[in-house]
Amino acid sequence: MSTSTAPTLDAVERTRALLVSVDPGRRRIDRIMTVLVYGAFALAMVPLISLLWTVIDSGRVRFTLEFLTSTMRGIYGGIDAGGVYHAMIGTLVITLLAAVISVPVGLLTAIYLVEYGRGPLARAVTFFVDVMTGIPSIVAGLFAFALFTLILGPTGARTGLVGAVALSVLMIPVVVRSCEEMLKLVPNELREASYALGVPKWLTIVRVVLRTSVAGLTTGVLLAVARVIGETAPLVITAGTTDSYNVNPFDGRMMTLPVYIYSQWRQGVVPCREGQADCLADINELRAWAAALLLILIVMGLNLIGRLVTRWFSPKLR
Amino acid sequence: MTTTDSPPAPAAVRPRQRRSGDTERGFSRVFRWISTGAGALLLGVLAAVALFLIVRAFPAFTAGAEQLHDAGKVPGSFGSLLGYVGPLVFGTLLASVLALVVATPISVGIALFISHYAPRRLASIIGYVVDLLAAIPSVVFGLWGVYVFSGLVGDLWVWFADVLNLILGANVEASPTGRSLATASLVLAVMILPIITAVSREVFLQTPKLHEEAALALGATRWEMIRTAVLPFGRSGVISAAMLGLGRALGETMAVLMILSPGLSYSFQIFDSGRHTTIAANIASRFPEANGLAIDVLIATGLALFVITLAVNMLARWIVARRKEFSGAN
Repeated sequence: MSTSTAPTLDAVERTRALLVSVDPGRRRIDRIMTVLVYGAFALAMVPLISLLWTVIDSGRVRFTLEFLTSTMRGIYGGIDAGGVYHAMIGTLVITLLAAVISVPVGLLTAIYLVEYGRGPLARAVTFFVDVMTGIPSIVAGLFAFALFTLILGPTGARTGLVGAVALSVLMIPVVVRSCEEMLKLVPNELREASYALGVPKWLTIVRVVLRTSVAGLTTGVLLAVARVIGETAPLVITAGTTDSYNVNPFDGRMMTLPVYIYSQWRQGVVPCREGQADCLADINELRAWAAALLLILIVMGLNLIGRLVTRWFSPKLR
Repeated sequence: MTTTDSPPAPAAVRPRQRRSGDTERGFSRVFRWISTGAGALLLGVLAAVALFLIVRAFPAFTAGAEQLHDAGKVPGSFGSLLGYVGPLVFGTLLASVLALVVATPISVGIALFISHYAPRRLASIIGYVVDLLAAIPSVVFGLWGVYVFSGLVGDLWVWFADVLNLILGANVEASPTGRSLATASLVLAVMILPIITAVSREVFLQTPKLHEEAALALGATRWEMIRTAVLPFGRSGVISAAMLGLGRALGETMAVLMILSPGLSYSFQIFDSGRHTTIAANIASRFPEANGLAIDVLIATGLALFVITLAVNMLARWIVARRKEFSGAN
């Protein structure tokens, strides 16, 4: 008996040791995977930080009041002048127009999906809204171009309006998706209370559901605007490029900020003569970076305002 | 208010399932029509995109080889529209698949970091930071790619090609300018990281807590818990996230247009410049100066892109939708 108790005690110890500690191989794999997961995050941060740093560092060189308030009219070669005013106005007009087209359609579709949506049509709409978020931006531009050339003839397709239509194709599904999420958050008790008071359904939706979720809807719309404001490709092929100020979206080409960045980059290095003092060889690159800084500030600002609106104005539902 | 009679008893319990008809009068009915119309309009827009592209591209389908060369501006070496679209589709798929191969493991890593590794308080901030990547306009990515990134990786590609040639005896060519498909794919990978991360993160967070706790109770390490509980649960979610990322990469224009120096060939020399281009970049670079049949040819290539992305996105969404129904989480 006494000979068998010693190994039993030993076995108990060994079992305990086995249970409280992971064996080295498994622990090593666990460590390696932890390092890899942290590494993946660090790796993704490298381009983000590098990009933001470059944009801020190169963009601030020409980011002056004059840059914001002058156009490119009459600017050629390496002249130390020229700005982005016409592109800012163009972006403002085209984006506003796109929002005017897509917000009503998007909001009503979201209302349909949340309040009425049942049956095959609602299922199809839900599915294709998701599919539409994946339409390539350049295809949206081609669609707007094809639509307007078939209606107005070959010359009618280079205006701000065409660009706005292209952007709204990209914007509507984003608006629908975010508004739908917000409308779903409205508690059913509010609707029921309204029905119990004998309020008709449409008035319930307008006065109760929309009123309750207005902060969330604003956020959704702002984020959708932030998404399309940086779109370049559809505007390159629809609104086109111009050097001058144009505020009329129904007539003539319109410059926008992203297209401005692209066209400045495309012009490349200016060939300056030896010792020519008023010629800056890298002026186009510097303008592109400054416009990129402005565009990023606008997009980040819209994102920030969108999040703050939800935080400040959403009703306290306790 | 006699117009809205008090609803019958079952409707009071579930008023949102009340079906149409008798209780809806006056403007309520109009409002239903308006909102239903908006939903139908959305489907109409998608159909119109397809329809107008087909109508505008039709002349390019029927044009002869000579017409395509003269008026359509199709380079001389291609005899037909299909021959021209082929290398474009090849370049598009190659760039996107490379981007996907790079981005998916990193995105899954970030998603796991947010859902299972980072402290709860930090996780939401990190989520915002990753979303910040999605907010940066593609033209800014292009600018950064062409002025900063391609210069950095150009030397790396040359060195890499030398090593491959020396060791494997392969015939890899590399351009020191870095304006090659590999560079463009890496930038595309950065651009599709946020969407893949966001979708996978949502799926990982839905893993049933009981499964995770059961794995840990059986003595699993954190990684073993993830491998046995989280990843099997999230597999289809990650697949569809990757396909959504692929859809983004296929249609991305500006970054590719600015970084890649274009060419039209079926070549796997991804480190060399002037070999490939993508459909979207090709359209954006040629469209502003095109007219007549040349526009129709470009719209025809755009139609090919539309069909490819639509198929990829529909497949991805179908996987997500199917998963929702059978997921054990709810």
